[in-house]
Amino acid sequence: MSESKPLDFTAFRERIGDLRGKEYWRSLEELSRSEAFDEFFQSEFPQQALALSRGVDRRSFMKLMGASVALAGLTGCRPPQETIVPYVNQPENLIPGRPVYFATAMPLSGYARGVLVESHMYRPTKIEGNPEHPASLGATDAFTQASILGLYDPDRSQVVRKMGEISTWSEFVAALQPVLAEARSNPAGVRLLTQTITSPSLGAQIQQLLAQYPGIRWHQWEPVGGHALREGNRLAFGSYLNTIYDFTRASVVVSLGSDFLDEGPGHLRYARDFSSRRRVRQGMDGGMNRLYVIESTVSSTGSVADNRLPVRPSEIEAVGRAILAALDGTAAPAAAHGEFIASLARDLQANRGASIVVPGEEQPPVVHLIAHAINQALGNIGTTVQVIDSPEVAPVNQLQSLRELVTDMNAGVVSSLIILGGNPVYDAPADFDFRGALGKVAFRAHLGLYNDETSLLCHWHIPETHYLEAWGDARAYDGTATIMQPLIAPLYNGRSAHEILGALLGGLDTSSHGAVRGYWFGRGATEASWRRWLHDGVVSGSAPAPRAAAVSTAVPAPVEGNGVGIEIEIRPDPTLYDGRFANNAWLQELPKPQTKITWDNVLLMGPRTAEQIGFGAEERSKLFNELKTRVAEVEYQGVRVQLPVWVVPGHAEGAVTVYLGSGRAFGGKVASGAGTNIYPLRRSSAMQGGGGARITLTSRSPYPIGCTQEHQSIDPKVVGERGIVREASYETYLRDPAFAQTPPHGEVVAGLEHRNESLYPPFVYEGHAWAMVIDTTVCTGCNGCVVACQSENNIAVVGKDEVVREREMHWLRIDRYYKGDPENPQVFHQPVPCMQCELAPCEPVCPVEATSHNEEGLNDMTYNRCVGTRYCSNNCPYKVRRFNFFGYSDYETPALKAMRNPDVTVRTRGVMEKCTYCVQRINHARIEAEKEGRRVRDGEVVTACQQACPTQAIVFGDMNDPQSAVAQLKKEPVNYALLGELNTRPRTTYLATIRNPNPELVKAATADAEHH
Amino acid sequence: MAENDDKPVHEVRPTTQEMPVPARYIPSPTIEPGHSFATITDHISTIVLRRKTPLGWLIGFTIALFGVGILTMSLTVVVAKGVGVWGINHPVGWGFDIINFVWWIGIGHAGTLISAILLLLRQEWRTSINRFAEAMTLFAVASAGIYPALHTGRPWYDYWLFPYPNTMGLWPQFRSPLMWDVFAVSTYATVSLFFWYVGLIPDLATLRDRATNIWVRRTYGIFALGWRGSAKHWYRYEHAYLLLAGLSTPLVLSVHTIVSFDFAVAQLPGWHATFFPPYFVAGAVFAGFAMVLTLAIPARKFFRLEDFITMKHLENMGKVLLATGMIVVYAYGMEWFYGLYSGNMFEVFMLKNRATGPYASMYVALWVCNALAPQLMWFKRFRTSTFWLFVVAMFVNVGMWLERFVIIPVSLHRDFLPSSWGMYHGTIWDWGVFVGSIGLFFALLFLFMRFLPMISIFEMRTLLPESQAHAKEGEAH
Amino acid sequence: MAQIFHRSANTLARVTIFGAVFIAGFVLWVIGGIVRSPYFTNQNVHREQPVQFSHRHHVGGLGIDCRYCHTSVEESSFAGIPPTSTCMNCHAQIWTNAEILEPVRASFATGRPIVWNRVHRLPDFVHFNHSIHVAKGIGCASCHGRVDRMNLMYQAEPLTMEWCLRCHREPEKYIRPREEVFNMEYVPVNQKEVGPKLVQQYAVRKLTSCSTCHY
Repeated sequence: MSESKPLDFTAFRERIGDLRGKEYWRSLEELSRSEAFDEFFQSEFPQQALALSRGVDRRSFMKLMGASVALAGLTGCRPPQETIVPYVNQPENLIPGRPVYFATAMPLSGYARGVLVESHMYRPTKIEGNPEHPASLGATDAFTQASILGLYDPDRSQVVRKMGEISTWSEFVAALQPVLAEARSNPAGVRLLTQTITSPSLGAQIQQLLAQYPGIRWHQWEPVGGHALREGNRLAFGSYLNTIYDFTRASVVVSLGSDFLDEGPGHLRYARDFSSRRRVRQGMDGGMNRLYVIESTVSSTGSVADNRLPVRPSEIEAVGRAILAALDGTAAPAAAHGEFIASLARDLQANRGASIVVPGEEQPPVVHLIAHAINQALGNIGTTVQVIDSPEVAPVNQLQSLRELVTDMNAGVVSSLIILGGNPVYDAPADFDFRGALGKVAFRAHLGLYNDETSLLCHWHIPETHYLEAWGDARAYDGTATIMQPLIAPLYNGRSAHEILGALLGGLDTSSHGAVRGYWFGRGATEASWRRWLHDGVVSGSAPAPRAAAVSTAVPAPVEGNGVGIEIEIRPDPTLYDGRFANNAWLQELPKPQTKITWDNVLLMGPRTAEQIGFGAEERSKLFNELKTRVAEVEYQGVRVQLPVWVVPGHAEGAVTVYLGSGRAFGGKVASGAGTNIYPLRRSSAMQGGGGARITLTSRSPYPIGCTQEHQSIDPKVVGERGIVREASYETYLRDPAFAQTPPHGEVVAGLEHRNESLYPPFVYEGHAWAMVIDTTVCTGCNGCVVACQSENNIAVVGKDEVVREREMHWLRIDRYYKGDPENPQVFHQPVPCMQCELAPCEPVCPVEATSHNEEGLNDMTYNRCVGTRYCSNNCPYKVRRFNFFGYSDYETPALKAMRNPDVTVRTRGVMEKCTYCVQRINHARIEAEKEGRRVRDGEVVTACQQACPTQAIVFGDMNDPQSAVAQLKKEPVNYALLGELNTRPRTTYLATIRNPNPELVKAATADAEHH
Repeated sequence: MAENDDKPVHEVRPTTQEMPVPARYIPSPTIEPGHSFATITDHISTIVLRRKTPLGWLIGFTIALFGVGILTMSLTVVVAKGVGVWGINHPVGWGFDIINFVWWIGIGHAGTLISAILLLLRQEWRTSINRFAEAMTLFAVASAGIYPALHTGRPWYDYWLFPYPNTMGLWPQFRSPLMWDVFAVSTYATVSLFFWYVGLIPDLATLRDRATNIWVRRTYGIFALGWRGSAKHWYRYEHAYLLLAGLSTPLVLSVHTIVSFDFAVAQLPGWHATFFPPYFVAGAVFAGFAMVLTLAIPARKFFRLEDFITMKHLENMGKVLLATGMIVVYAYGMEWFYGLYSGNMFEVFMLKNRATGPYASMYVALWVCNALAPQLMWFKRFRTSTFWLFVVAMFVNVGMWLERFVIIPVSLHRDFLPSSWGMYHGTIWDWGVFVGSIGLFFALLFLFMRFLPMISIFEMRTLLPESQAHAKEGEAH
Repeated sequence: MAQIFHRSANTLARVTIFGAVFIAGFVLWVIGGIVRSPYFTNQNVHREQPVQFSHRHHVGGLGIDCRYCHTSVEESSFAGIPPTSTCMNCHAQIWTNAEILEPVRASFATGRPIVWNRVHRLPDFVHFNHSIHVAKGIGCASCHGRVDRMNLMYQAEPLTMEWCLRCHREPEKYIRPREEVFNMEYVPVNQKEVGPKLVQQYAVRKLTSCSTCHY
């Protein structure tokens, strides 16, 4: 449609405005009472209407076909009268009570991660990875898992607002008309600000808009979407290209400040590929890849490195240069870390075409150039490193793009600004003063999930649809496109960017469905292919082919004077990202992978630096016992921020790290107040921070920290002699594969089957014997499993105060231990679920048999029988039991009730709970199998944690079936039981950690040690 | 003295003079000279029957009542909000609740021990303190009872701990020490109650007869169960009393043995020890006697009972304190021996953590209170000084509380996996319930002292020379 | 000295002392009875329904199979409550203007569901699955009673855990041939012999672990 037709608003209001408009100001309960609303909804989404209409009881929702009233808690002797609300016309092939899975994708910073969404009665309850999708291969990360909570979040914006007053969509569309009028007269005054966009259909709509109103300008801003990466690649290849890596073919991997295992759009895939070269098993000899990490703060990737070199952020570039130099032998390796660089270079030389050098997303462009120069020198490009066109619709220098917008706004050029998603007021560089500039714009509209800092300053705010609520499409890191289908009608009357653009384009009824479908059918989709794409969750053949590209060899000379004084590194938060997840309680309470801190962002530094600012070890240990720490003031480029100090062994000295995303002023009940805002420190000149920071310890009274593991108080000797973590180098393993059977303290722990010291006759497990093996070699501590478990098992959030009181409820925790030099230690991750002991200490001590053993070896926990003596927890050597000290579960909020997994009881106050090996999944599989009169097959039962794990570190199955994966792994010589000498006979066992450090460097290190 | 068997037992009981006893027992009397049946009866019963309530009693009782108020409030909060208001957390599942439970149960041991065991051992010096001690036992057990009942997350389901035919078709877990507790403690409470009550009957009758107000007489009358002091009554009384004594003697040992199983059965370092039962029983007697002293010394002064609770009683209790104290110290020593000798790294660490960990100060204090303080009892000078006895007793009271603190939270807070270590601190509600239960204990005690004879009148009578003379007459005809 | 009590006091005392024991016992017995009574279990309590639907007429009289309405009983945990459209399959043709069917027609016309009152209710922490019980040869009538004789639906069994366990502990006493599952009139002939055989044949296990139903 080239020119816009006059709009018929009366008709429009008729159809949408009034019908839904008058509902806007009402609560969900009230919504349902309006006949208009009911009719409107039931005509389209009956189950939806009911979901909204009544205080829905979690279980009945699944059990009954519609919904039911009156939540009956676990207690109360006389149950209230319940009702059953069947359909009027039941949808085809709907089997009430059985979940259905739909494929879609979760976009993060524009890039898609393919997911399968479990839906109970059309009510999404759980996110799983999509095995068909290249960026997921069935795995999920914490963000993806937690996005289900984001969908139901009651704090989400629910109303169109005009100057903060409740308004309607139709009025907004009306208000857009003057804007469009101006777009014709003075197009330069109309601006569109979006986040990074890979959605082809949305891109097409924008292009169409730009074509329709020539002169309108489109700006993009994404606070942490890898500006440096984009610019780096342009510097390296001359244009906006993307590099993707194939770790399955890499024997040597070097990370220049890159956290490729836990960050960036491809990390799930990369983690899977990387781990595939790391699994050491008897009989198979693929060798083991080697990972060098050069970084400042300890990242997940760094924590599993074979050789890690902690350097100040500014030094990474220098190290890169040195490696490059060492390779072509032009220059002698730099004095600093010469040894490391030399042996690293030798290793790379030995693995030409089978190595990868990965530059960090956040690293300055030149580092990308250097890294790819090295890759080119090694002939990796085209083999392990592929170059493709950027999946983004219009890759630009977003910093530049935003700067131009701000400049224009200040110059008063901009008359109307439409912000599609994002929260620039909160996350734009401090020196831009976006807030101030925004004030100078006459018409400001904001589309967003939350009523946030930005929407506060906009004339119009439109609630945005969650990705599970609207049609859409997005590309993955490798360019593969996915059609995103809605799992549920917008819970909170949200609108998608497609709809807003549709309105701008003058198409009244442009639904996101229309837009997406239109785009793809316009490109040769057929009904058949469309259905297949929806079903598979990927658009077949949509990935761009790798293209030849040469890396420019002109490496600019190093800039001097960089990195004076203490360097500060500004990174996205590992659990809150850029702050968009700040209102997600699961992610707020998720222990950060390295520090295990929840609900806060802190000032990370190495032990020596801490010493320097006067926060010594002994003072720390005292405080950390009490989960408290001192507060320091950071002064950087004239801005002062106060942050609690946290010491991370292995953090580069002379540098500190801070995480973005906390300290939201206006982001919902959960987000507000949690942590400190770091954006004020972030300037366009130094997006990732830089030198010249001043750190001073304040006299403020010690600050309580919700840390789930008091690592500072742990004496490494204890960990060692108890054989909690068992590790060896690959070399050692080859010499003595059974090293793990002899824990350091000498006491030999034979295989479990030999131990039968019990007064009771041994119980024979005829049927299944469920068991789990966790491979600590490939675990990166990424937390995907923890949130997956939380989502699957309706685990409650307790809040910071309770975490400080050491009452967090996670059934699965990831313990983290250190070994060696505190300035560059080895890091070990150990996921600890319930061990399901065969001789469980918890069972005999429960006076009411609330915890008991079942005939398949599960350690059952019967919530409704528990009176809460807590004896079981006291007697559990692994301390994996979790007690509801208060009523943590939310029984009120209807939306949250709808989110819960109907197959798992929500626990009340005073009840003990723990990991059950996802017994609901086991039972489901068993029932299905028995109906078909067969045994449960291996791999038929997948626990939530196992399903989420990107590196497949967790394997679950039937020990009694000798063919099962788990039975095979139990035979491995590195298989050991945690605290096996207690004779609890845990069903969960671990594969010892094997690292593959460069022998040369190991020698050097030992030599060093002898010198001192 | 076989020929006495057909005679009422009470008339021949005090046979000090006839039995060959060590000379050193003779001089110090268990009752000061110059008393007659009448004086004893008067003195003790008037404490109860006098019209005017002494001011001191009123003040004391008011303070105690205030404590009860605190208890009520704290428990209301605990039940209304959940046990989360206490300081317990994930490594440390038991805190003040179980500490106080064990502490009170321990204190509750002296009574039955004094009454039953010393009775069977014919230790007549027990006579003047047993009534008092038994009452103390009951009230201590009452205070103790609060904790197991309300420490659970869902106290309204506590009845599931009792084996009864239910609609769930389910029995409780009989392997659980907590189950054993239920039986042990309830049995102990019941038997102690009967023992105390039966012992009261003759005195209740005395009060009935001496009271002037008809309603007072009726009330005492009802509980006196029509006691007339006939030979038949006495005969039956003595039998019942002896039987109950025999019954409760094993209980004295069993209760704390079973309480100690709560810990010994668990495999937690610091709990999992075979010597816990004797260790706990000794500790209990230790604590019990300390509490008796703590109460007897002021009461004796206030009610001018020096004639009946003589220095001999106090001194003997001092000796018991010393003896049991030494046993406890031996147990502390054994903990170290076992730990170090076994070489088990968990045990060794547990000991190291007690002595040098974050709670080291409490461990040291524990040694001072329970090991050092009682050593004063070696010296007669301290044993015979009410002041020093009182001081030592107080030390022991505190020390025994600390002992339970060291055993329970300090063992729990750092167990097997360092990743789940934590710290424990009592909150205001922990203290509220603790202080409250002490208030309840004293409130009950004050009521007892006001309305019942705190010293057994008739048994005191038997200590008089006349009773012996009477016995001789009896033989004559 | 005057007697302060009447002679009868003695008897009174004795009676109370002995009586105490029996009274206590009696009270417990009564409580035991009450918790098993319909007051708590809702057993045999008829439920008013928006439409006076008679199973007796439809099942007993017309002999409609259970699965005609409760469609998902064989593949899902939930047996299924028929949508209005199912009623209209017949009642679009017959009794088209019967007074009693007004709510059904209204529902079908307006698209607003009929709100039925629940008869069989398990607590939220009990996870019951119809399909497996049907597959293992447990008849509808075993738990729901002779529905074909019920005018208004009511809960025929107490649905207490005790009651569930009766069968879970001794399935051979209640199991029936699969083909008889939906047969209301089925009467077992020498269950003693057939029962164990069927248990064998259907590989029925005595699932009494807590996690069979509670998780």
